[in-house]
Amino acid sequence: MIISVASGKGGTGKTTVATNLAVSMGTGVQLLDCDVEEPNAHLFVSPVMEQSETVFTAVPEIDKDKCTLCRKCSDICRFNVIAIAGKIILTFPELCHSCGGCIAVCPEGAITEIGRDLGLLEQGVFSAGDFVHGRLRIGEAMSPPLIKKVRERIKPGKISIIDAPPGTSCPVITAMKGTDFVLMVTEPTPFGLHDLKLAVEAVKLLGIPHGLVINRSDMGNDDVWQYARTENLPILMEIPFDRAIAEAYSRGHLMVESMPAWKGKFQELFSRIETLSKAWENRN
Amino acid sequence: MKELVVLSGKGGTGKTSLTAAFASIAENIVLCDADVDAADLHLLMDPDVRKKTDFMGGNIASIDAEKCTMCGQCIDLCRFDAIRDDFVVDKIDCEGCGVCVDLCPEQAIDFPVVKCGEWYISDTRFGAMVHARLGIAEENSGKLVTLVRQEAKKLAEAKHMQLIITDGPPGVGCPVIASVGGATALLVVTEPTVSGLHDMQRLLELAAHFKVPCMVCVNKFDLNMEQTAAIKKLITEKGIPFVGTIPFDPEFVKSMVLGKTILEYRREGELSSAVKKIWERIQENL
Repeated sequence: MIISVASGKGGTGKTTVATNLAVSMGTGVQLLDCDVEEPNAHLFVSPVMEQSETVFTAVPEIDKDKCTLCRKCSDICRFNVIAIAGKIILTFPELCHSCGGCIAVCPEGAITEIGRDLGLLEQGVFSAGDFVHGRLRIGEAMSPPLIKKVRERIKPGKISIIDAPPGTSCPVITAMKGTDFVLMVTEPTPFGLHDLKLAVEAVKLLGIPHGLVINRSDMGNDDVWQYARTENLPILMEIPFDRAIAEAYSRGHLMVESMPAWKGKFQELFSRIETLSKAWENRN
Repeated sequence: MKELVVLSGKGGTGKTSLTAAFASIAENIVLCDADVDAADLHLLMDPDVRKKTDFMGGNIASIDAEKCTMCGQCIDLCRFDAIRDDFVVDKIDCEGCGVCVDLCPEQAIDFPVVKCGEWYISDTRFGAMVHARLGIAEENSGKLVTLVRQEAKKLAEAKHMQLIITDGPPGVGCPVIASVGGATALLVVTEPTVSGLHDMQRLLELAAHFKVPCMVCVNKFDLNMEQTAAIKKLITEKGIPFVGTIPFDPEFVKSMVLGKTILEYRREGELSSAVKKIWERIQENL
């Protein structure tokens, strides 16, 4: 079962929920940090890293001896990667989406693929199981291909928890798509609710069952509860603001470790997710 | 004309609340919301939209079932697994590369331009504002960020405004890269947490990579004084201006609920003077 933790707005507590949920499960869990632009889960679960590899995406390299400047490659490329000026052919690999169109159309076999460094894929172990995250190379714009690589490490049959990036566009879609349940973390503020609504639209588009965690639940107003009622969105957990939680977080400590009473609540959260997910399966 | 871009790396450190607060004390500005993916600045600015324009972001493949002979070439060619076995294109997975379109032997694939969002020029009580809304699950956020920043610049020139304040997106990827190019300076808003520090360092690396000057402030500084001191030390060692600290205060949320900036909600007091002081230091460094 794959659970993705998403939010729309940043800083609502996705990582807090993902890490505490994972650790509360005890053993046999996989925690995958797909917020590859700013991965933070490792700061809280302190994994012992066992593997680190650089991930590449394919970009064209043109053999100038073979190239006849026929322009077929630059014509098919929608991302302006290949430019021909007079007798000079130039490539801008940082713009490449790795579609392979240029190679498919080159009549001379003059194009081969080389790698553009996307960042690191690191894997290790933490107290409750396996840990995987991606770290996007600074200066690299495209996170979805690295997110896909992190997701390729998912082991079927395990409980896999994905810490997703914020927003509602391609990175978070790549992290959530095909998961069994989306746990949405929000705060009851106008910003939190506005972005939650966008995220819920995205999850509906993907057709994934979902539920809500309201973090800092006593800071803001009641609008999010009203919205949840109208949308039939189950509220699975509420975490009131507690300065002790915020201070523990600031040091990289887990709630379930500094305040053990939360462990049971996170276990209960998991069983509610399981129940909802099964109900969804039976209905479809 | 100058442009200050407010960024953070980590989400939820207070970028938008601070941008709005600065807007309420700065003069002769144009506001720009470059967090097109989850734009929130309008919730405090209550913009009166003057002009709304569709954002035509890219193309998406669409197979004409009448012409399709189901030869399977498109499925073999598509590297994004966007064409299903029944020869229907998954709009979410389609990257808009057009490879299937160009190489379909039957020319059975259309490639219409699709609307990916909208952008707006609005009036607010603090001046003009350019903002946008990227469609749900859309790509091209970087393109839309570039567009709103260009439009804010044009507007500032036309109105003879001296400064653009841009509320940026979280992270260090595509939309952030589109937010930093050509900026006069970045204000990095961080918080004294392990993740705030980690994410700020990645953002500072990005700024150095693109050679854009930065300044740093710490929000909610009193949640962890040691961490705040560590951030301040790190910043000072790097020769980056440290422009101040703001205490943790639920008043920020209360003002947000009322749709007000913190300075409209509390003219006086510790919070307001901290924000005003930061704004003064920013101006000195801009």
